[in-house]
Amino acid sequence: MAVAGAGTKIKSIGAATSPGLGAAMFAPAVTYIGLLIAGPFMLAIFYAFSDARIGSTGLHYVGLENFRSILQSPSFRMALKNSFVFTICTQIIVIVCSTTLSIALEKKFRGRGFVRFLILLPWVAPISLGAIGWKWILDSIYSVITWVLVWLHIFKPYDTPMWLGQPHLAMASVVLVHCWRLIPFSTVIMLAGRTAIPKEIPEAAAIDGAGFWRTLFQITIPMMTPIISVAVLFGTIFTFTDMTVVYILTAGGPFDSTQTLPSFAFATGIQGSDLAAGAAISVFMVPVLVLIAYFMLRVAHRAEVT
Amino acid sequence: MAVVETRNLTKVFKEGELGAVNNVNLETREGEFLVFLGPSGSGKTTLLRMIAGLETPTAGEILIGGKVVNDMTPRERRIAMVFQSYALYPHLTVYKNIAFPLKAQKVPKELHKQKVEWAASLLGIASLLQRKPRELSGGERQRVALARAIVREPSVFLLDEPLSNLDAKLRLSAREELERFHKRIGTTTIYVTHDQVEAMAMGDRIVVLNQGSVRQFGTPKEVYDDPADTFVATFLGSPPMNLVENGEVIVGFRPEHFRLAEEVTDASKVPFRFRVENAEYLGAEYILSGLLIGGRVDGKKVIARLLLGQSYEVGTTYDFAVPERHLKFFDRTTEKRVDARALAWQ
Ligand SMILES: Nc1ncnc2c1ncn2[C@@H]1O[C@H](COP(=O)(O)OP(=O)(O)OP(=O)(O)O)[C@@H](O)[C@H]1O
Ligand SMILES: [Mg+2]
Repeated sequence: MAVAGAGTKIKSIGAATSPGLGAAMFAPAVTYIGLLIAGPFMLAIFYAFSDARIGSTGLHYVGLENFRSILQSPSFRMALKNSFVFTICTQIIVIVCSTTLSIALEKKFRGRGFVRFLILLPWVAPISLGAIGWKWILDSIYSVITWVLVWLHIFKPYDTPMWLGQPHLAMASVVLVHCWRLIPFSTVIMLAGRTAIPKEIPEAAAIDGAGFWRTLFQITIPMMTPIISVAVLFGTIFTFTDMTVVYILTAGGPFDSTQTLPSFAFATGIQGSDLAAGAAISVFMVPVLVLIAYFMLRVAHRAEVT
Repeated sequence: MAVVETRNLTKVFKEGELGAVNNVNLETREGEFLVFLGPSGSGKTTLLRMIAGLETPTAGEILIGGKVVNDMTPRERRIAMVFQSYALYPHLTVYKNIAFPLKAQKVPKELHKQKVEWAASLLGIASLLQRKPRELSGGERQRVALARAIVREPSVFLLDEPLSNLDAKLRLSAREELERFHKRIGTTTIYVTHDQVEAMAMGDRIVVLNQGSVRQFGTPKEVYDDPADTFVATFLGSPPMNLVENGEVIVGFRPEHFRLAEEVTDASKVPFRFRVENAEYLGAEYILSGLLIGGRVDGKKVIARLLLGQSYEVGTTYDFAVPERHLKFFDRTTEKRVDARALAWQ
């Protein structure tokens, strides 16, 4: 909003002084969006209807053939299902944790600033570095977690869980690492949302006789609905489209059990050289994301309180 | 219904600084309408919030119905409070706002509808029950806040400047409505305001606060006619009481007692020469400000409030007088009220 506002203002000043200036100021943004967002997007749609392959120069229109074939592929259906499992589980955990954290961090206590800083840390670290760190933590031989569990005599040595090597554990690991990554972001949004609730409202609830849980579930959380849906919307899109965590931790394995749409598209299109099929998989995500965004914005709009 | 009492109640927000509330002792009467009056920052809200249980006292005790409630939650104190901002729940309808305390206090569900409708009809908002707070006017919001407060029949009512968000006209009608409402339900009520007219009009008794201390506690008549110190004398009344120094004491008299000498029929009166510097015509009365001329009080600024009748010229000196029984005497150093005494004026 702010950026757009500033942009139009500059444009109008430019238009008043010299007609070329406005266009010149506007050009970088248009170029950026055109080259890096609109271009590749159009190209992906174009490829999705062709038989493009890496290493081949021939290109023919094949209609819906790519979509028909991916819809029939069991790997694709698995990836689609995994994407939903992955996104929904992550979002539920993230929202519960970040709501709790935002409540805990709202009260003043010594060292609150430091704790807030620590919680933000995963968000500022580059995701690839974080994911590589987690790969070590969950490694089959060097896993710190396994060592601790063995030390506590919860597991016998040589009979330890393979965090990234067993289908369900691998999915759980990927989900948890993604939660680790998204909770800070979500918490910051929630903290901002909570400060927008006037202090008298929970006080009035206390005087009306409501306890902690009633105030939380009937007053605070409903009043936070718009901000929670924004956090869910962003979180969903980040999770649904992300492939870094999956790619680094498991590369989709074992047996495609953690393959999601983005990582499957990458595996098919780039690693498997079938550009057209990869593009079709990516394009398949568009209507899904549009639907999610539409519903989230509607919820936010409905719940708008003031 | 219950009596609220505070004993040496003190609240210090920052150690080492003067407290927001200092050593306050007061006791309401059964069913009384008690007003806390004081300028901004005098600790009225803090005092009220301690009684409500939203703020922990630094020292002292609070008693409701004879029981010490210091360690009780707001809910256990069985009080109701109307906030200055009303603090309605914005996501709930008026009906649900009013029903919220019933739900929170586990009143049987069958009774909700009947109680909400009783409270709503008492305040004339029965037709608004399905609206959200944002669809209401300021006056309607206030009534919803009141309805939410009375619906569970509290033992004490606390109101923090509930009229300050309303425009002047609405404020007057809301004030009358509140008074009528209090007469009807008869619950002990504590009302916070910084508006002395409101305090005089509504209060059975007034607690005048300044810098966290009680300056005077009495009926509107006592507080107005017998101010305990110069602060109370000048805070109540508009225009405020005239104060002139004379020897060891400060002498005060109200603008409405300062009149043309020939109109003062009292046998014992103090005469003054008064030069009018400015005259304001307010429709029903004149407000004259000017200087006393001659004697020990030469050059002191004073204000007179006169009914229409004669007209007064700016720049002219008149013979004015104050009946002796209307003079108030205050100690010059402590500014506390002292006994009346004979003084030399010339
Ligand atoms: N939470 C707080 N922390 C620190 N100081 C506070 C706090 N609340 C109030 N104070 C201080 O205590 C004093 C009394 O405040 P209070 O709100 O009780 O005044 P008031 O009489 O209600 O004023 P007003 O008429 O403006 O509402 C003020 O000096 C204020 O700055
Ligand atoms: Mg206040």
